[in-house]
Amino acid sequence: MSVIAPNFKFSEFVKSILDNVFWILLIFALIGLPAAQIILFYIEMPVINGELLTPFLALTWLADPSRTLPILKAFMTTDLFKIAAFPGFGFAALIAAGTIFIERKMLAKLQLRVGPFYCGKFEGILQLMGDGLKLISKEIIIPAKADKPIFWAAPIIFVATAAAFVALIPVAPGWVVADVDVGLLAVFAIIGFFPIITILSAWSSNSKFPFIGGIRALHQMVSFEIPLILSLLGVVILTGTLNLSEIVASQSNFPWIIFLPIGAIIFFITILAELERIPFDLPEAESEIVAGWLTEFSGMIYGLVQLGTYLKLYAFAALFVVLFLGGWSGPMIWPPFPEEIITDGIVMGPITAKIPGLPIFSQEMLNGVLWFIIKTVGVIFFILLPRGVFPRIRIDMLLSLGWYKLIGLAFVNIFIALGLLYAGVLGPGGIL
Amino acid sequence: MNNELPPGLALQKVDERIMTLNVGPQHPGSGHMRIIVQIDGDFIVACDPDPGYVHRGEEKMAEYRNYITNIPHLERPVIHDSCNILYPYVLGVEELLGIEVPERAKYIRVIASELNRCVYTMYWLAIYGIFLGHSTMFMWPAGDRELLIDLLEKMTGARVTHAHFVPGGVRNDLPPNFEDVCLRQVNYFEKRIKEYAAIFYDNPILIARTANTGVLSRQDAIRLGTTGSVLRASGVDYDLRKKEPYDVYDELDVHSNVMKEGDSYARSKIPWLDMLESCNIIRQALQKMPKSGSVRVKLKPNPKGKGLDSVYKRVESGRGSLGCYIVSDGKPEPYRLKLSVGSFRNLIALPYLLKGEKLGNMPAVYWSLNYWPVEADR
Repeated sequence: MSVIAPNFKFSEFVKSILDNVFWILLIFALIGLPAAQIILFYIEMPVINGELLTPFLALTWLADPSRTLPILKAFMTTDLFKIAAFPGFGFAALIAAGTIFIERKMLAKLQLRVGPFYCGKFEGILQLMGDGLKLISKEIIIPAKADKPIFWAAPIIFVATAAAFVALIPVAPGWVVADVDVGLLAVFAIIGFFPIITILSAWSSNSKFPFIGGIRALHQMVSFEIPLILSLLGVVILTGTLNLSEIVASQSNFPWIIFLPIGAIIFFITILAELERIPFDLPEAESEIVAGWLTEFSGMIYGLVQLGTYLKLYAFAALFVVLFLGGWSGPMIWPPFPEEIITDGIVMGPITAKIPGLPIFSQEMLNGVLWFIIKTVGVIFFILLPRGVFPRIRIDMLLSLGWYKLIGLAFVNIFIALGLLYAGVLGPGGIL
Repeated sequence: MNNELPPGLALQKVDERIMTLNVGPQHPGSGHMRIIVQIDGDFIVACDPDPGYVHRGEEKMAEYRNYITNIPHLERPVIHDSCNILYPYVLGVEELLGIEVPERAKYIRVIASELNRCVYTMYWLAIYGIFLGHSTMFMWPAGDRELLIDLLEKMTGARVTHAHFVPGGVRNDLPPNFEDVCLRQVNYFEKRIKEYAAIFYDNPILIARTANTGVLSRQDAIRLGTTGSVLRASGVDYDLRKKEPYDVYDELDVHSNVMKEGDSYARSKIPWLDMLESCNIIRQALQKMPKSGSVRVKLKPNPKGKGLDSVYKRVESGRGSLGCYIVSDGKPEPYRLKLSVGSFRNLIALPYLLKGEKLGNMPAVYWSLNYWPVEADR
């Protein structure tokens, strides 16, 4: 703590707040009150025990503790919670942060070194926070001849697009931010945005190395989108739906990777290319073009791009799990909630406390989330692993891989799916 | 006035399709030098290497210091290979002053020189790995290098700039029990570098990436005057340890590694094979070395050359032939000292190799030339 603020004194902190109390109250009045009004008017309030729960009544749990859990559960069904916290941004950012830590420690073990060690008590677990603080405190330098509005906007759009991708991922039955019927089409649409953002940011910085990196990223992403889309058609043919939740539900007995291994492999390779990970990290090839399209980014702009990259990594890994590994389905390993607590309450000596609203989450949901996280982390592990094993490949090798080999294999995959469908083995009305 | 500007700064009229890139000196893939690259799309049209950013005037400095005080500063151009860069100087001074070196000192020199070649090559290999985006190949050699650095520290007292070779032998005798420690560490080192084949040299992506890039034919390699691993990768069997044996190399069984392809892959594999060969040479030298005896001839303070005289000596360093030309006019200081280094001679091949290559091949070809910018600038 002393490293960040060497002369921190609480009294001075309070005094600085008191000095600026006028402005704080003014900002609160001008921004906070309208925001509260908008929330009151536009957000749908839950009904508990036949009573509409307004934000004013939300605090009644202080007087009546038995309302705590129902209010909490009602809050967790709101869109705000889903977007910001659980299946949406917060959950994805947490997994992304864990991914960065795992990547650093795993690569360090592979390369016979220690990795993050000092920051945080256990194995440098707070290293990411330290890096984040450093990025926030650094100056953001913008090239003099850059196209400033686009240069500023590109990282923000990048994170927003990655977050939109995350919103489409179903984590557990019913736990998805945007449960759209054409979910897979929406995924393709969002993936199509990334090359545009990349080339915008690269071109707007008005520098040679970012420009070359942006062009490379454009080539790479556009040419790998085609095998990516084609490799997923097999799953769509067999399930007959584009809704991601229904695709997961169709794999309750067996995951599609058993029948469509070629599609899964193609999709995995295209994931590596879309994420610009080694061996496909040509747009950021440091020994050739400094840092590629990220060269001119500095400070928290760079941090935003990295956040977006790791959100994208989580989203792609989760998409692989949803489409090929059966999403949340798996054997029941989460212990059931004890029935006697619901019926009899918790007995603590002479006192018996009956808690209404238990259990907060159903057993199926917790089990599903557990399986989802296990599978996603496994896929992320295999996405990270090539970084320690392979060198970078060249752009012509990359394009010939994408156009000649992967697209051909993707058609083979589609024929396998069609064969299984017409043979009556799988799909609607199949024997399995 | 524009005509007087250094290359790369002058405005040139070029085709609109062609973009000029200044790769370096502030670039993760350049080192202490600049490569002015003109690219058309992804293809390199022309390439102009621009060394000289770390020129330190070593040759001029040598004219103001006597033969002994020249030792520590002459090894500065390649601190990772400091024994080998001192080797021709020390051999030359010994011939000028007419000193006969004890047998044990010669073997110690061979051991130190081979250890140092491995230390340098590991550093070079680490950078070659990271230039190709292979971060494990950066960390492994950088870590395994410590084994030999520890050995050299035991031998000489310093981790990198050893200043171990002096006219008349070596500065210190070996520490007690050094032979056993050295044999053990070298055996382990050999086992480790054999493991690199699985992750790096046999890696299909690496082979696809570097094979048939920057091909230097046998005739071109001789015509351009390249030396060392670059020459031997093009199929010319020319190793000074075998062709012009110095010290006790003629008593040892030295095998020189030659490959015929002449591409980046062959140029990157030859130093690795040389490291394995160095392990063999060290084991032989440890076996044949006299177990006791003097390691250094006492010199008079401030030794002088015998009148007007000149001498040229060269050795096989980690980067090829390394020559030292000394002119003496009978004073305690050399009249002129010239270092002829392999790095600079290999750099000459770069514009020929990069022409028509893809930009992605630039780091692979550039670093496979076994070029050390500081040594080339001297």
